[in-house]
Amino acid sequence: MFNKILGWLTFIITMTALYLVFMWVPNERIMGPVQKIFYFHVSSAWIGFFAFLVVFIAGLAYLFTRDNKWDTIGVSSAQIGVMFTTIVLITGPIWAKPSWNTWWTWDPRLTTTLVLWFLYLAYLMIRSSIHEEEKKARFSAIFGIIAFIDVPIVWFSIRWWRTIHPVVVDSSGFAMSPKMFTTLMVSLLAFTFLYFYLLTNTMKLEKMRAEVAGLKERLRNS
Amino acid sequence: MNYLNQIRTLVWKDLTSELRTKEMLSSMLIFAFLTTVVFSFAFDPDSETVKKVFPGIIWVAFIFAGILGLNRSFLSEKSNDCIMGLMLCTTDRGIIYLGKMISNLIFMYIMEAVTLPILFVLFDYRLKGSLLYLILIVALGTWGFIAIGTFLSALAVNTRNSEILLPIILFPLIVPLLIAAVQATGVILGGGVWADWSNWLRILTAFAVIFTVVPWLLFDYLLEV
Amino acid sequence: MLTAQNITKTIGTKTILHNIDLHIKEGEFITVFGPNGAGKSTLLKILSLLMKPSTGTLTINGSSANQESSKTRSQIGVISHQSFLYDNLTAYENLEFYGRMYQVDNLRDRIYDVLKEVGLEYSLNDPVRNFSRGMLQRLAIARATLHQPAILFLDEPYTGLDQQAIDILNSVLRNLNIKDRTVFMITHNFEQGLDLSDRVLIIKKGRLAYEGAAPGLTPGQMKEIYLNTVGGLTP
Repeated sequence: MFNKILGWLTFIITMTALYLVFMWVPNERIMGPVQKIFYFHVSSAWIGFFAFLVVFIAGLAYLFTRDNKWDTIGVSSAQIGVMFTTIVLITGPIWAKPSWNTWWTWDPRLTTTLVLWFLYLAYLMIRSSIHEEEKKARFSAIFGIIAFIDVPIVWFSIRWWRTIHPVVVDSSGFAMSPKMFTTLMVSLLAFTFLYFYLLTNTMKLEKMRAEVAGLKERLRNS
Repeated sequence: MNYLNQIRTLVWKDLTSELRTKEMLSSMLIFAFLTTVVFSFAFDPDSETVKKVFPGIIWVAFIFAGILGLNRSFLSEKSNDCIMGLMLCTTDRGIIYLGKMISNLIFMYIMEAVTLPILFVLFDYRLKGSLLYLILIVALGTWGFIAIGTFLSALAVNTRNSEILLPIILFPLIVPLLIAAVQATGVILGGGVWADWSNWLRILTAFAVIFTVVPWLLFDYLLEV
Repeated sequence: MLTAQNITKTIGTKTILHNIDLHIKEGEFITVFGPNGAGKSTLLKILSLLMKPSTGTLTINGSSANQESSKTRSQIGVISHQSFLYDNLTAYENLEFYGRMYQVDNLRDRIYDVLKEVGLEYSLNDPVRNFSRGMLQRLAIARATLHQPAILFLDEPYTGLDQQAIDILNSVLRNLNIKDRTVFMITHNFEQGLDLSDRVLIIKKGRLAYEGAAPGLTPGQMKEIYLNTVGGLTP
């Protein structure tokens, strides 16, 4: 029931966001239609970071409570995080090429997202190299905590690094009109709803997977 | 007091064991030396641009050799289940982490003390800044690297493909450390002023302290049986 | 001397031990049998403070067992089928290491004493790497008794031993018992150690399934009790 309502809400808000992005908001003067990717790019980046925060909190909660629910939340959130950071890393160059005439810039935000992407992959790699369910949950919770603590240090070091080597293009963006701001806010909201919808469904999938594994074990033992 | 005694005993055990075979130390040394030589072939040591990437070469050589050592550092605890013996006699399992970290740090410092002069000779590099500051940065950067590396090697050794896993989970985490260490080393080698590298020193210190304290607190969860 | 009350251990979604109650008297030798995966090792790990129980309490010598107390820890010794010894160190160095970790007084004399007890006084400067399985196990006994623990846990100590090593292990265990030492052993082996035991337990699916006195019991009788209890499974 809850899932159904969440699904419909997500659908409605996403449709609204799409309408705002493609029909309502005017094109940016210099960059033109390609600038519209910005709404997806920023929203995906927000979800990428948010999902990482959830992995961190779920990790702490797992270590304290030892409730498998938290592990399921952690791994589901990490999987969604990988997806959204991948979207950021793909949409970033698509946007950068026409506006700055380069595919990639070592901009702090983009670079931190890249590091984040690697950290998520490391998290999933740890899970895939451990068989025992309990150890898998414990180790990935520990890594989720360590990795999250690392992110602010990554951010500061990259920012200081770039101030020494002046950035060729100014990535601070452009003046946003009120309409653009509204569109961005609705897009952020839509992606947040999408995140929670995906999270509940991924968790269901993970639970089923655990159940199947449990049944297989019982079959093998009987 | 008991705490310090136990840490000292753990370090003594690691050093005695390593000095008997010198397996880990010698492979680290040879690997660092080899990396240096490979770099000299890959980048012409006489060209001016190579002088600019010299700090990077130093740190890549150190970190690669370090990974080699870290991959081995918990193997001796795993064979014969020695880690169980340690868990039986320590009241706080964080001690096991601190002891291992200090041992690894000593091995790294030995390797670096030998490799650094070789690097300077092979690349014909003349130090313009203070040697003392350079040692400070190398010592601090290595500490941060070994602090997080020792923890993750304890994690990786309990998985199926530990030797591949360790670099994959360690490299993204040490991005800030690598940036700060390379930048600070570059400034000091070029004779830059304190203001130019104080920020990097701050990052290195923060990294080393944070990633000593957090793993020390989390080690108990890592070692559960 | 050791009392476990209502010990339950849950790992993930599986419950390994269900409400185990156990009282071990001073000087008692308890032997535990049970099929693989019954929870024997988990129980041993909990009693020897390697693992925390999910629920339940543990008291050693009247005081609540605290993992953080070095005093409690030094009352426990463990002999496993793994030796817990460092291959690159000599026999003496291994004992010196553990002795310093436990802060044993007069360590030098104590090391010579335990080495003599297990008959390794002439191999003290050999690296453990060159030791045979039997010698390794004898040194493991020395390691576990070095700090004079009040209770000794044996985790399948006969695994992989030749007859000579078994004899030495048995004679060491027999001598331990005279000194009023408490022993808790888990094993698969009906032939060995039964004559030393005071009490026999059988664990099945995480619960205590059988408890009985050991003296007078022959290995054959024990095997029959075992098969009746666990339902025909071989250990």
